[in-house]
Amino acid sequence: MTKYSAWAREAWAVFQKDLLSELRTKYALNAIVMFAIVTLSAVSFAVGQFAVGNDVRAAFLWIVLFFSAMSGLGRVFVKEEDASTVQVLRLAARSSAVYTGKLLFNMVLLFALAAVVVPLFVVLMALDVLDLVFFVGTLGLGIAGLAGAATIIAAIIAKASAKGELFAVLSFPILLPLLITAIGGTRKALDGVAAAGEFQVLLSYLVVMVTVSLMLFDFVWND
Amino acid sequence: MKFSGVLKLLLLFWLGGVILAAFFYAPADRALGEAGRVIIFHIPVAWVTVLAFLVSCVYGVQFLRRRDLGDDLRAAAAAELGLLFAMLATVTGSIFARITWGSFWNWDPRETSIFILLLIYAAYFALRSAVEDEERRGRLSAVYAIVAFVTVPFLVFVVPRVYFSLHPDIITPTGKLEMGARTLQVFLASLGGFTGLFAWMYQLAVRIGERRQQA
Amino acid sequence: MPMIALEFHDLAKRYSRRQVFSALSGSVAEGRSLAITGPNGSGKSTLVRVLCGLARPTSGTVTVRLDGMELLPADCRAEIGLVAPDMALYHELTALENLSFFAKVRGLAIGTAELRALLGRVGLGDRGDDLVGLYSSGMRQRLKYAQALLHRPRLLFLDEPTAYLDEAGSAMVSEVIAEQRRHGILVLATNEPGEVVFGDEVLRLGA
Repeated sequence: MTKYSAWAREAWAVFQKDLLSELRTKYALNAIVMFAIVTLSAVSFAVGQFAVGNDVRAAFLWIVLFFSAMSGLGRVFVKEEDASTVQVLRLAARSSAVYTGKLLFNMVLLFALAAVVVPLFVVLMALDVLDLVFFVGTLGLGIAGLAGAATIIAAIIAKASAKGELFAVLSFPILLPLLITAIGGTRKALDGVAAAGEFQVLLSYLVVMVTVSLMLFDFVWND
Repeated sequence: MKFSGVLKLLLLFWLGGVILAAFFYAPADRALGEAGRVIIFHIPVAWVTVLAFLVSCVYGVQFLRRRDLGDDLRAAAAAELGLLFAMLATVTGSIFARITWGSFWNWDPRETSIFILLLIYAAYFALRSAVEDEERRGRLSAVYAIVAFVTVPFLVFVVPRVYFSLHPDIITPTGKLEMGARTLQVFLASLGGFTGLFAWMYQLAVRIGERRQQA
Repeated sequence: MPMIALEFHDLAKRYSRRQVFSALSGSVAEGRSLAITGPNGSGKSTLVRVLCGLARPTSGTVTVRLDGMELLPADCRAEIGLVAPDMALYHELTALENLSFFAKVRGLAIGTAELRALLGRVGLGDRGDDLVGLYSSGMRQRLKYAQALLHRPRLLFLDEPTAYLDEAGSAMVSEVIAEQRRHGILVLATNEPGEVVFGDEVLRLGA
């Protein structure tokens, strides 16, 4: 047990460090909030007075979340490369702790954004959420899965050149199954239909993605 | 693993025979008409693209374990062919969609799946071109291929089950294969033929790559 | 204290087309030091990286013998400290926050007082609460030493030990080197003849 609690404490230390850094520099936060506000406004403006179904609105919500994630979650490893802090980090921390700490950071970042964007979206689009439990649940699992996939891809692109464009290119294909399911689940929640199937899929995606990432991260992080 | 002259000739005649048989031996489908013949080509090609992905992942895993650049070469060669066959599958499927349902693309779950596979292959090569160091390139592409691979089951099995699909299901809910006897024969022959085609092209690509490495 | 030794055999490293070094062998026992020297571009920094586990050799082996076990350097992070020119610490955090993070992530329970004492040892005693981004290059170099010595590593790697340092800084480095040569293993990479002298053995690259 102590072996795991040590690892957890180390991962927490990485998370705290990233959080402290982010609160001081606000690089990712600025990018992500700006992007979310712009996309949200554009979507709301485009829909305007038109009556759109829940399927379209669910899709819009996840489009805003997805592109915000793409604008803000990619830097979590790139910033270490740019600042040349990779060497000290590799020597000081075990790779699984680094991955977990940064995964947690990306999740918190995206959840924090969602806490702002989703209520705004509900208000702007005059959403009538018929099944709140599934609505929140689908959002929660979907966002966690988004962050999960984004983190391992962020680790990969940090070791390549042309990092910015590459992040979205690599993330999109592997996130599409998650997005399709999340959109479907959100739509059902809006309609008041139970989204149990989508729930299971989102949960399995999250578990699979995090597990595989944990196993493979070492190959990306260490030369 | 060189294809001898005899083997190449055999492959040529086999596939030629399959093509002829698809039009003259197998009957037109009851429901889909002449267009139904496409399953003899479309499904084997889609199968090969998944097979190529599998081969690429297996060699990716091998590379991560052994760090032998030969493994990376094989992974990339399989992926190149996978991309080619994915494009073929998309095009054949799209033509069939046009004839049968009137539009080239519908975002039907299986269409979406093949499109995603296409994107994965494209992303794989975009990643490879962005990494200069060979060892690093091999590692990163292997990791990406494996991560992408684990998301594929979500498409293939989960999404079509959850959503209604336009795709004709040749496997009925009871699990039996619903295909006429003759069509089945040609279909299976095509499956074998295209797999053989993949094997031949693959070993060619690997041998070319090895020569280049030695240069 | 368990015995520690560093051995490397037939090491070679190449990046795509360039062979950086090849056929390097040697060993450093406890209480001994190795100085790596050679012209610019001869691979000194690369060799240090391979020896401390940050890079994999193309061929050959590096082994750390610790307490009867044979380990890869990458598996002995707790015993390895590194100061190198191309490494940096977190500019948006203070020196104290940096050290506190490294202590926590290494699983060490080191209090603030002890961290301040460490900063004092490297000559940054009264600058612990300043952001590293505001440090001069000499101060950053000193902080790298603090980071490297935090966990009292048995294996200390110093690549260009006195870069950016003034006289007082160089004196601090000499003290650190002397201390390390007493209790552990020291590997340094340098062009300064005055520093090559610190090596019990000298490995010349690029000949």
